[in-house]
Amino acid sequence: MWSGKHVIDHWGQQVVSQNIQYTGNGKLRHFLSIDGLRKETLEQILVTAEKFTQFGQRDIKKLPLLRGHTVVNLFFENSSRTRTTFEIAAKRLSADVINLNPTTSSTSKGETLLDTVNILEAMHTDLFVIRHAKSGVAELIAAHVPDHVHIINAGDGQHAHPTQAMLDMFTIQQYKGPFHKLRVAIVGDILHSRVARSQIHALNTLGAHEIRVVAPNSLLPAQIERLGVHSYTDLSQGLDGVDVVMMLRLQKERMHNAYLPSEQEYFNLYGLTTESLAAAADDAIVMHPGPINRGLEISSEVADGPRSVILPQVTNGIAIRMAVMAMILGGESNG
Amino acid sequence: MAEASNIHIRGGRIIDPQNNVDSVDDLFISQGRIVATGKVPDGFTADETIDAENQVVCAGLVDLSVRMREPGLEYKATLKSESAAAAAGGITTCCCPPDTKPIIDTPAMANMLTHRGVEIGLTQVLPVGALTTELGGVMLSDMFALSQAGCVAFSNADTPITNTLVIRRAMEYASSFDLLVILHANDPWLTDDGCMHEGEISTRLGLSGIPEASETAIIARDLALIEQTGVKAHFARISCARSVDLIVQARERGLKVTADVAIHHLHLTDFDVGSFNSLCRVMPPLRSERDKDRLRQAVAAGEIQAICSDHQPHEKDAKLAAFSEAEPGISGLETLLPLGLKLVDEDIIDMNTLISSLTSGPASVLGISAGDLGPGKQADVCIFDPESEYLLDSSKFLSRGRNTPFQNWPLRGRVSHTIHAGRLVYSVK
Repeated sequence: MWSGKHVIDHWGQQVVSQNIQYTGNGKLRHFLSIDGLRKETLEQILVTAEKFTQFGQRDIKKLPLLRGHTVVNLFFENSSRTRTTFEIAAKRLSADVINLNPTTSSTSKGETLLDTVNILEAMHTDLFVIRHAKSGVAELIAAHVPDHVHIINAGDGQHAHPTQAMLDMFTIQQYKGPFHKLRVAIVGDILHSRVARSQIHALNTLGAHEIRVVAPNSLLPAQIERLGVHSYTDLSQGLDGVDVVMMLRLQKERMHNAYLPSEQEYFNLYGLTTESLAAAADDAIVMHPGPINRGLEISSEVADGPRSVILPQVTNGIAIRMAVMAMILGGESNG
Repeated sequence: MAEASNIHIRGGRIIDPQNNVDSVDDLFISQGRIVATGKVPDGFTADETIDAENQVVCAGLVDLSVRMREPGLEYKATLKSESAAAAAGGITTCCCPPDTKPIIDTPAMANMLTHRGVEIGLTQVLPVGALTTELGGVMLSDMFALSQAGCVAFSNADTPITNTLVIRRAMEYASSFDLLVILHANDPWLTDDGCMHEGEISTRLGLSGIPEASETAIIARDLALIEQTGVKAHFARISCARSVDLIVQARERGLKVTADVAIHHLHLTDFDVGSFNSLCRVMPPLRSERDKDRLRQAVAAGEIQAICSDHQPHEKDAKLAAFSEAEPGISGLETLLPLGLKLVDEDIIDMNTLISSLTSGPASVLGISAGDLGPGKQADVCIFDPESEYLLDSSKFLSRGRNTPFQNWPLRGRVSHTIHAGRLVYSVK
């Protein structure tokens, strides 16, 4: 695993090998990437989320844990689903929430990015949930904020989407039990997927028995095996005997820059249908981070079928995001 | 700046690979030229004596790629600031790629740069002319006129020429006048939006990778064209092991082709990008450990003739961005020699090979009279203390660019004096 990240200030003044996701005493400070987090942290997130799930079923769904804190949803890239679940999660913990979608004119230049964060930080906000189209932006911002400001990565480029991966882990645990027995296949556009990268790190950290990635070679990133997975170009071999099938969304524009020939050919070879799912274990579950392209990566029959846990994934997203926020801000004075 | 005078450099270890010299001796300079080694020449009275005991005396360094940022990008750096940095790094000849603003595609621009260099007087500024007008890859530049105006070579810098026929014509035309063409091997289609070496680290970080074939495919193509046209060609900043192999094979076939490597490619790999360290964003990208080892071996074996700084000073904001958006490049003038000496310390190459790849090697690539301490040669001299140890502190750089990934590296070897055209242009405080 990736042990310890280099924290290098932008002018290279200080080069310390440490993990910026933790405070000096080991508390979760930022949530940027599963890569670099300890197994205990992931387990604690799952346990905490479990408590919040039970609580979500009550009539009054508010807890005072984050009262007085302000959470800023800073989405440089649009996503109504992820933003909404973060907003609901923060509100259930009694935080004040501000949603900002800086226009695309706010480029990925650090100057502008950090200006935006500094201005909001000057208004005494303390938790930023950030989504950005460029890999590494959450890390960049986290490396430049004062100690009392926290960053949660809600997806950066093709790098990481750690809360999505954790809600997937939560769902897997809910339906399939302990990780050490499980074979998991991740199917689709691995190359461009931040979700897949975070899922791979989470599954490895939690000790899954086997992780497979399934895609044509044009959608598999270089040396993906080094991340601790087996790669397959054949769907039925890749799905053979697996307990969990995690589908990825395929961007339709991939056809236009020669990653793939056509939607039909992709669906025929890699689409999850009742027939192709037959290769997996009889009780295998089917997951998808959404939004779904029906008839492109998955058939409606499977997406809406009995093995699908796609809707529970969405529900679990709230508990996971509550858990992460509570672990980061919980117990901190809200002055 | 001192006027040209009689300088006596006493008791240094003179290393002059061009003349097979490596001995402790005195060196005498007069009227801007080297006049003698060893015995005091008749009638010589020193205006200045430099004690070089326990130090190395070599020719001033010849750097094949230095972005001065002037004209056009003065907010990054200026000819004045970077010339001072060159002098502090022992570099007395700087080749400037044509991608200034405006581009070096007219004799007026070439003249202007050369003359500004002379006026500042801290290092020799040698413009590299654009191979195509406006680096557009369509029309050939007035290469002959540019060479008359001081351009030592021609390149399209980091802008690839996509039309193979244009490259062929450019090579043919250049070969008519025996002009040197410098090639930057980078396939724009394969590189696409890539920002680092394609491999495990790019996969982990979710950054678009630049495959090795982006370089090797172009080198293979260009070698075929070099063979066809007979042009004198030089590959700039090769980064892959397989590129070395291709070039070595071509030389064995008798092709007149040379290559250089940037010093950072001899020390860093894609692993150093770590967690999005934009100071390690360079073009070509930092490659794998295997590539680094092969490049080191190639320098040691003389298969790569020159090491350069590939100096690219930046303002702070240029690096303060998402990795893919950060501007590539390292401020390298003041670390070229100490990072080279680190290779000697690590027994990768010997001192004479290092000095040759920093002086006579690049000079012979260009076919210029430099990197030579023989009598009668222009007195460009670098004196350094090979034992002086320190932690690199970029805040002390004379360069306006503080963008270095080598901050806090323990280095050994510090320039104490630099003499350019017989004048002392730098001495350590």
